Amino acid sequence: MAEPGEKPSIDLNNLKAGGFIKERGKDLFTIRLRVPGGRMAIPRLKKIAQVAEKYGGEFIHLSVRQSMELININFRHFDAVVEELGEADQKVASCGARVRVPVACGGCEYNPNGLVDTQKSALEVDQKLFGTPTGHHKFKVAFAGCPFDCPKSATNDVGFQGALLPRLDKDACISCGLCAKNCAPGAITMGKDKKPLFKDDPCIWCGDCVKVCPTGAWEAKQTGYNVRIGGKWGRNPLVGSLFATLLPQEEAVEFIAQVLAWYQEKAGGQGRIRLGDIIIQEGPQLLLAHLREKFPHSVVTETIPPQVIDTQIGSRKIKP
Amino acid sequence: MTTIDLRGVSCPTNFVKAKLALEELETGDRVEILLDDGEAVKNVPRSLKGEGHKLLGLRETAEGHYLLEVEKGEE
Repeated sequence: MAEPGEKPSIDLNNLKAGGFIKERGKDLFTIRLRVPGGRMAIPRLKKIAQVAEKYGGEFIHLSVRQSMELININFRHFDAVVEELGEADQKVASCGARVRVPVACGGCEYNPNGLVDTQKSALEVDQKLFGTPTGHHKFKVAFAGCPFDCPKSATNDVGFQGALLPRLDKDACISCGLCAKNCAPGAITMGKDKKPLFKDDPCIWCGDCVKVCPTGAWEAKQTGYNVRIGGKWGRNPLVGSLFATLLPQEEAVEFIAQVLAWYQEKAGGQGRIRLGDIIIQEGPQLLLAHLREKFPHSVVTETIPPQVIDTQIGSRKIKP
Repeated sequence: MTTIDLRGVSCPTNFVKAKLALEELETGDRVEILLDDGEAVKNVPRSLKGEGHKLLGLRETAEGHYLLEVEKGEE
C-alpha cells in the first residue's frame, strides 16, 4: 500500500473506461463497481466488503443504477483496489460518454412475473458493449422482464421490456374463467359460449392469462422485448418512445449496436448531446428506417419522438 | 367438498394458509377455496398452480367473493 506523501504510481489504463469519480475531499475518489443487472455473487460481495474496509470509508453506497460504490478511496490506492477486487473477478464500472453498465430486474428464473431472461441480456450487453465510447454523451440501457417495468425502461437511451403475445387453444379450455378474472387491462372477457374472448387492443402482453391458465389452453405465441428509445432523465427529461415490439431476446445486443451506430453518425459534430435529442432533431422516421433494415419483423410502422416532460424547469435548448 | 375460507386474509398469508391446508390432504383430493375479489383472486390461483396443484374452476358467489376449486397435486 502506498503511503501518503510517497510518489504515486498509477496504472492509467485502469482509468480509461471511467468509474473513478472525484469526491469533495482532497485526494478522495468514489469507485463505481460494475454490477450488470444488479446481480452480485456472494464471494464477490465478501471481497468488496474486505476491500472497502481496507481502503474505503465507513459505508458503501448503493447507486440508483444497481452499482455498489466504494467511497473515500485515496487515488494512491487505485491500483491496489483494482487488483484486490480482481481477485474475485469484480471490475470497475464506467462513467462519462460511454455505454454504461446495463440495469435489469431479477428476470424470469425465480421471479414469477418475468417473461424473459433479463439477466442474460444484461450480461451479454455488458460483455459486448460496456464502456464503448459514444463520442457524445452517456448511453444507458435497461432490461425489464414484464410490463410492470420496474427498471423504468423508457427513461433509458434504449430500454427493453419483456412481453408475451398470448394464443388460445379453445379445445383445451375448461371455461374456468380465471384468465378473464386475471386480465387487468380487460382484454379477455368470457363469451356466451363460456370460452374466453380476446381483444388485441387493450392487451399489454403481460402473460398473466398464460400464467394462471390451469390447462395450458393459453400459451405464448411469441415472447420478446418491446423496445423504447430516446429516454433520459436528469436535466430536461425525455420519455423514450416505442420503436420495436417482440424483438427476439437474442437480437438485443445487435439492436443496441445499430442504435448506437445511428446515434454516432447523426450526432457527428454536435458534441455532448443525448440520443433522445438527436431523434427529436432528425425525426423518428430516420431511425425507424435504419432499424427496419436489420429488424424488419420487430420494428413498428410508425412512432413518435421521445416525449418532453412539460413540468421541467428551464426551457429546452432542443425544441421538439 | 371442504371449503377453506380465506376471506379477509391478505396476500401472501392467504396463499400460505391455502398451502398449509392442502398439505393435510391426499393427492387428488378436491377443495374449494373462498377468496376475496381483487389481489387475492388474482394471486392465489396462480401461486397454487406454480406449486403443482390443479385448478379446476372459479365461480363468483352471490356476495361477490370467489370460489376456487382445486385438486391437490403430487407431493
